[in-house]
Amino acid sequence: MSDYIFYPGCAMESNAKAYYDSLMEIAQPLGINLQEIDDWNCCGATEYVGINLIPAYSLIARNLALAAKTGQKTVLSSCSACYLNLAKADYYMAERPALGKKVNEALAAGNLQYTPGSLDIRHLLDVLINDIGLDTLKAKVVRPLKGLRVAPYTGCMVPRPDYNKRWSDPEHPTELIDVLKAIGAEVVDFPGGTTCCGGHMTQIGPDTAYELIRRLISSAEKSKADIMVTVCPMCQLNVDAYQGETNSHYGTDYEMPIVFFSQLVGLALGFPPEKLGFGSEITSTAKALSRIGMDIPEAALAEGKQHQQEGLPMPPCMRKTAKTPEYKRPCAEEVKA
Amino acid sequence: MSKKPVEHVHARLDHDEDLSLLHEVSMKTAGVSRLEMCIQCGSCGGSCPSEMDMDHTPRTLFAMLRAGMREEALLSNTPWICVSCYHCVVRCPQNVHITDVMYALKSMAIQEKKYRDSSAPDFSETFVEMVEKYGRSYEFGLATRHYLKHSPLRMIRTAAMGLDMLKKGRLNMKPTTIKGMDQLTAILNKAKEMELAHE
Repeated sequence: MSDYIFYPGCAMESNAKAYYDSLMEIAQPLGINLQEIDDWNCCGATEYVGINLIPAYSLIARNLALAAKTGQKTVLSSCSACYLNLAKADYYMAERPALGKKVNEALAAGNLQYTPGSLDIRHLLDVLINDIGLDTLKAKVVRPLKGLRVAPYTGCMVPRPDYNKRWSDPEHPTELIDVLKAIGAEVVDFPGGTTCCGGHMTQIGPDTAYELIRRLISSAEKSKADIMVTVCPMCQLNVDAYQGETNSHYGTDYEMPIVFFSQLVGLALGFPPEKLGFGSEITSTAKALSRIGMDIPEAALAEGKQHQQEGLPMPPCMRKTAKTPEYKRPCAEEVKA
Repeated sequence: MSKKPVEHVHARLDHDEDLSLLHEVSMKTAGVSRLEMCIQCGSCGGSCPSEMDMDHTPRTLFAMLRAGMREEALLSNTPWICVSCYHCVVRCPQNVHITDVMYALKSMAIQEKKYRDSSAPDFSETFVEMVEKYGRSYEFGLATRHYLKHSPLRMIRTAAMGLDMLKKGRLNMKPTTIKGMDQLTAILNKAKEMELAHE
């Protein structure tokens, strides 16, 4: 067994429960021993850093300090944003000692301290590939996912900016593809592998979010994928739960399910779908997984929603002319046509 | 960091170049921003997935900072449209911490109340408020409060999805509070004290 200090992050307790549940199932057979950081706090997502710099980094560093206190050296995070925040704080505190010093002064008010660089901060996908290994994973597969066409969606914050130099490529990483191949899935050529899902724009600038979600799903559809697979709670939430809103906005009828890679790994290791959080998705996985003979609890499709106009002021959508290239935000009626 | 990175061009200007805004943003950026190293190549805007909704590309925004255009730069919607995907960061030939510069600009805009629409700043502030109250994020509270204030109609339209999330155990009605709230509050209070004097 390899030992890790586990930082789950807030999403794993709520909207990404399927990720948490499936990770807890597959950890033991894969030899991943997780010890959760006692009383960890939120990493601040992408919000706190946009308000106050020193408090934002002190918030993240409290977790690093609590992790370091355990005496273990390797922190494992499964959420992309949490992973990036922890790795970034560790890196920037060393890159700019004035920041490190101030953060430590703040931590001292809570009787904590953290020496930058003293922890190894890793993402679950990296641990699975580089510590556990693809050979071990392959040896544990009892139910290869043969015939399931999967779009590998790694997202932004795991391979970028790669402070610890762990990933194969910031824009075309192969790690998720390798894992999916190891469990017998058919990986489609998916150009959207690390493009953004819109992040928090679903809340503050829905028009921007809908377009980014549309591009991803349309790209997965064109690749003839049955299902998209992600390593990130935010990506899953946006593509899954906001797919209905995106459909109403553009008048499309996409039904592209998206699940966490740990859920598919769990299926391949022989766990029943209900133990892996299947059925909690908004866009049903039933059709996709029937392709590999799996019966998934049918999930209700999100009801169609009306088009709305709120959020940040945006420039108008681009009419397609000889001069406007296709990658600009198209108008709804053009997408429909 | 060099205080006057473009000293040699002074001879060609009829006044001293004022780089104080550039330096101020640099100081408020996490890590070593390298903002003064921008060579205006445009890789950032060309890599940006949400550039279509920005009023200025990141490249233009950085030129505005160098030109001391405080009002225009802080009022730009660009930092608020930035989706934090770090595409620009890995492509920037000068290793400018572009995403973090956007965060610094957001916090300056909030401090000086320089924004055209309060929805995005309010969202960040509500998120932070929840974290400071409970130690963890509280989605249900955040979403309902944000929608009530900024788009009550959207809340009605998304109610079905919210209910679905609730039924599927993906939305907690009650916040989770950490045990060490006093400790976290002490840390954050001390950090806020130091915030203004960061260098």
